[in-house]
Amino acid sequence: MARMVTTRHKVISTVAAWLVGFLIFFPILWMVLASFKTELEAFAIPPSFLFFHWTTENYVTVQERSDYLHHALNSIIIAGGSTLIAMLIAIPAAWSMAFSPTKRTKDVLLWMLSTKMMPPVGVLVPIYLIYRNLGLLDTRTGLVFILCLGNLPIVIWMLFTYFKEIPKDILEAARMDGATIGRELIYVLTPMAVPGLASTLLLNLILAWNEAFWTLNLSTLEAAPLTVFIASYSSPEGLFWAKLSAASTLAIAPILVLGWFSQRQLVRGLTFGAVK
Amino acid sequence: MGQITLQGVQKSFGPVHIIKGADLDIADGSFVVFVGPSGCGKTTLLRLIAGLEDVTGGAILIDGRNVVDVPPAKRGLSMVFQSYALYPHMSVRGNIAFGLKMAGVARDEISRKVEAAAATLNLTPYLDRKPRELSGGQRQRVAIGRAIVREPKAFLFDEPLSNLDAALRVQMRLEVTRLQKQLGTTAIYVTHDQVEAMTMADKIVVLNAGKIEQYGSPLELYEKPNNLFVAGFIGSPKMNFITGEPAHQHGAMTIGVRPEHLKVERDGQGGWHGTVSVAEHLGSDTFLYVDAGPQGMLTARYVGELGLSPGDKVSLIPESARIHRFDDGGKAIRA
Ligand SMILES: Nc1ncnc2c1ncn2[C@@H]1O[C@H](COP(=O)(O)OP(=O)(O)OP(=O)(O)O)[C@@H](O)[C@H]1O
Ligand SMILES: [Mg+2]
Repeated sequence: MARMVTTRHKVISTVAAWLVGFLIFFPILWMVLASFKTELEAFAIPPSFLFFHWTTENYVTVQERSDYLHHALNSIIIAGGSTLIAMLIAIPAAWSMAFSPTKRTKDVLLWMLSTKMMPPVGVLVPIYLIYRNLGLLDTRTGLVFILCLGNLPIVIWMLFTYFKEIPKDILEAARMDGATIGRELIYVLTPMAVPGLASTLLLNLILAWNEAFWTLNLSTLEAAPLTVFIASYSSPEGLFWAKLSAASTLAIAPILVLGWFSQRQLVRGLTFGAVK
Repeated sequence: MGQITLQGVQKSFGPVHIIKGADLDIADGSFVVFVGPSGCGKTTLLRLIAGLEDVTGGAILIDGRNVVDVPPAKRGLSMVFQSYALYPHMSVRGNIAFGLKMAGVARDEISRKVEAAAATLNLTPYLDRKPRELSGGQRQRVAIGRAIVREPKAFLFDEPLSNLDAALRVQMRLEVTRLQKQLGTTAIYVTHDQVEAMTMADKIVVLNAGKIEQYGSPLELYEKPNNLFVAGFIGSPKMNFITGEPAHQHGAMTIGVRPEHLKVERDGQGGWHGTVSVAEHLGSDTFLYVDAGPQGMLTARYVGELGLSPGDKVSLIPESARIHRFDDGGKAIRA
């Protein structure tokens, strides 16, 4: 009896999990499907799910109309650069707050988070003007800088929570074993922190890759990453669903592949405290 | 060599004084145990010696050199933590070898020493496992292995056995003692288990609220406690304390008699009379909790089985040479 109940329970929760998973995944699937439709089929009602006229003409048009590789390179430089710089600043910051906190550490952390509570549009005009005067508009440097600053609080917070999880005893054991601060860092702390560092890096990379507010507002062509490339398909001349979908699919493909290969690492890092 | 001296060591956390001036002389090769109730400062004192905390005042000498400004890595001590604190990403071999690697010991010498330490601690089959693949007892052994392999001046243990079950604890207690005697290395061992303290120590330090109450061999503390605190803390079951008229007869404010020094007689004549309220029969011993009127509740230990049950009348005769006398400040009065 009890056995039957648990089996049924298992079946129900498996089905439910798949359902939720599918629901979350559906928009992406729909977008990929739409990218293979003709413009007419793309917004036909009722929509056809699989039995439509498959075509790759959208991808051809997109490639003809704009330079995907140019934007992809910009995305890689901007997301990668801002993430690396943010990590370089955040690691020592989170480190010192986790391992030698003072009375003000909590306040500093909260203050940093509070900057994320402000809507970015509130500072768009001053930042735009500053960028214009400094000649940073539509430059990769400018975008790297603003995305780095924007994500820094989250990166520090994440790293801080990971570092906090590392038992102090182990670091003290290393010190008793004769390790200097530098060697403690290399041989003990870093290996223990790697899952946390990796998931912070990946998450920040994804956030920076998909960031659309600042990239759209501060770049036009030269430094424009893939977000701008996507946005160019919802233009005043009209909304081209199929081409927009093809552009979006191209834009998320690299990050999707990265996410797919690192999902184990990502899940392990994000549930670090919960399961140990 | 591992001779450790504390001179007026003090420690405050902010405004709170935790260690209030500790003086101690630990001879080379001796096994010293810190005992005391929870929160009395045992761990803090050990960490001060290790260098993991900075002293607020006083001096710590290791082999005659003041080390208060020397970082832990340079003090030549090794420590075994209550939580084991093994490096989770390293194998058992890596854990034991780490200290030697940090000291720049040659590679083949490291592996020779690690193998030897592992053999001593029966860890050889586990050398390539990660700590999470070991049992609690094995992890503890690895922590000890990590401490001995460096041949330190002294071992510092902070309640190393408290996470183990009772049977394993007794076994590890013997192993640690045997190992320490065999190596002849000074050891400081923190515990709040007084059986561990009595059985393992050459000398015991009884701490109470950040003060050293007494420092001496286990039998000295048992036979000649300096004050009421030590008298009550050392020995199990606890010493009986009697105040008022019976104490005044002995010229003291309080007298103390250990349960094992009360002779129990059925319907006896002399001594103190009372009624058994609880009798615990262990087979080898009988513990009696006796309501003795003016003397209060007394605990008595009888070796063997006496066949008493609650409500029976008994008389308890204290061995006169084993009566401890204390003055109104709680200090022992020595005749
Ligand atoms: N870092 C710290 N900051 C403030 N107070 C502390 C700190 N470390 C310890 N204390 C205080 O110092 C006192 C002694 O602590 P300690 O850990 O030395 O006790 P202990 O004798 O080892 O107790 P236990 O047997 O429970 O382990 C406690 O009251 C504790 O609250
Ligand atoms: Mg303690």
